[in-house]
Amino acid sequence: MALNRDDSSPLFAGSVAGTLKLIVYLALACILMVLDHRGGWLANVRYGLSLVVEPVYRIAGLPSQGFHAATVAFADRQRLTESNQRLREDLLLANAKLNRMASVAEQNTRLKELLDTQHSLNLNVQLARLIGVDLGTFRHRIVLNVGARDQVKPGQVVIDARGVMGQVVDVMPTTSVAMLITDPNHAIPVTIERTGLRTIAYGSRAGDMLVLPNIPVSSDVREGDKLVTSGLGGRFPPGFPVGEIRDVAQTPSGTFLSAQARPAADLDRSEDVLLLHDLAEPAGPPPPAPVAGPPADMAMPAAPPAATLPSVTSPTATPVPARASTATTTRPAVNP
Amino acid sequence: MNRQRVRLLWFIATLLGSLFLMLIPLPSPLTPLKPYWPALVLLYWCLQSGDRVTLGLAFCIGVGADLFDGVLLGEQALRLTAMVFIALRFRSRLRFFPMWQQSLAVLAFLLNDRVLLLLVRVLGGDALPPAEYWISPFVGAAIWPFLFLILDDLRARLRIHEA
Repeated sequence: MALNRDDSSPLFAGSVAGTLKLIVYLALACILMVLDHRGGWLANVRYGLSLVVEPVYRIAGLPSQGFHAATVAFADRQRLTESNQRLREDLLLANAKLNRMASVAEQNTRLKELLDTQHSLNLNVQLARLIGVDLGTFRHRIVLNVGARDQVKPGQVVIDARGVMGQVVDVMPTTSVAMLITDPNHAIPVTIERTGLRTIAYGSRAGDMLVLPNIPVSSDVREGDKLVTSGLGGRFPPGFPVGEIRDVAQTPSGTFLSAQARPAADLDRSEDVLLLHDLAEPAGPPPPAPVAGPPADMAMPAAPPAATLPSVTSPTATPVPARASTATTTRPAVNP
Repeated sequence: MNRQRVRLLWFIATLLGSLFLMLIPLPSPLTPLKPYWPALVLLYWCLQSGDRVTLGLAFCIGVGADLFDGVLLGEQALRLTAMVFIALRFRSRLRFFPMWQQSLAVLAFLLNDRVLLLLVRVLGGDALPPAEYWISPFVGAAIWPFLFLILDDLRARLRIHEA
């Protein structure tokens, strides 16, 4: 074993060059952080490097997936039977509720038609699975197995069977990262269901609770009140459960009431989540309708073959590319 | 030549493995106990073969970890660079500490790292973290002897020690 072979680490004195290098690297790191904090271009870099990052996420998610599979595989029969029974009962109950809801929903749409509004009760959702990846302790972020290729966009709302979980903040080609509502940097506009009071629920720094720090002192807020999304702000559609108030107290200054709420969603137990596709009604005029399909002069030659091939136009999902491809393939044949 | 390559592969594999370990989740009650794996593995290599670990390497590992973490690019690069610098400074002394003293030194490194992280986050406008934030360095120091012995033993088994 060689004692202190290298000159680079003498026993006591440090070299000036080493310190200089340290300063350079620290400055580089600081510049990176400031640029990223100001410009937020980490998302672009990550999108570019997602070729590397995504497989790593998938592989790192394997142990938790395997653990989950193992618990299912080794769960005893009794427990499985029990959970099966419970799920059946839940399904029965949910179906009964749905049946009752159907008539109400129909009535609702009729009344809304009368009122000439276009809100619908239909949910346009997409199923997603969590990838078990730890993005740092106290970070309140989850990784989903759908991404830009599945038409996921930043800002989409993530819900589970019980309530709102959070929103998508970062989209890569086949995975996306969602911020939970308990993140200290997250806020969600809510209404207290019983009284209709509007306020804002923030994530708390101490883990899995929500904080409502500015409720007027005179307002009627009680333990057990349910919070639902208010739809203000145009991010979260109205009417989804958010949480339940657990504790109300005055703020130290005495000007507001501050409440703590427990999230309705199973933030650390959910495996499958839903991504809402239709966002809340945006404030202001609607955007102009996008122009779909090829320009009119390019589409003209394609019309006769499209008529002779009715099967080409049958898929409802992507009629435009199909027609465009026939246009591009037939045009050289028509031109000469 | 071949031995050199195996040695290099083992070096890279442990570093990449530490990044993987950082991403693998623990059950939620144990999450605050998770040690900062890349720092521990880097410290091990600092002590074992200090000429291979440079500030530039620490910076690159940190940027890689930041990319996986996806929070703030440069945060872990800063922390790891600072830690490796201190560790390289005191390397000659740390190497001949008995194990419990080494553990204490590692605890100091990791606490220092947490303070740096706290500074960065608070300057970036985040809220102060809860008390459990400070548990992880102690866990890291507690498993340091085991990590050190396991990595050392594996290295000996692979017959890739130096000289």
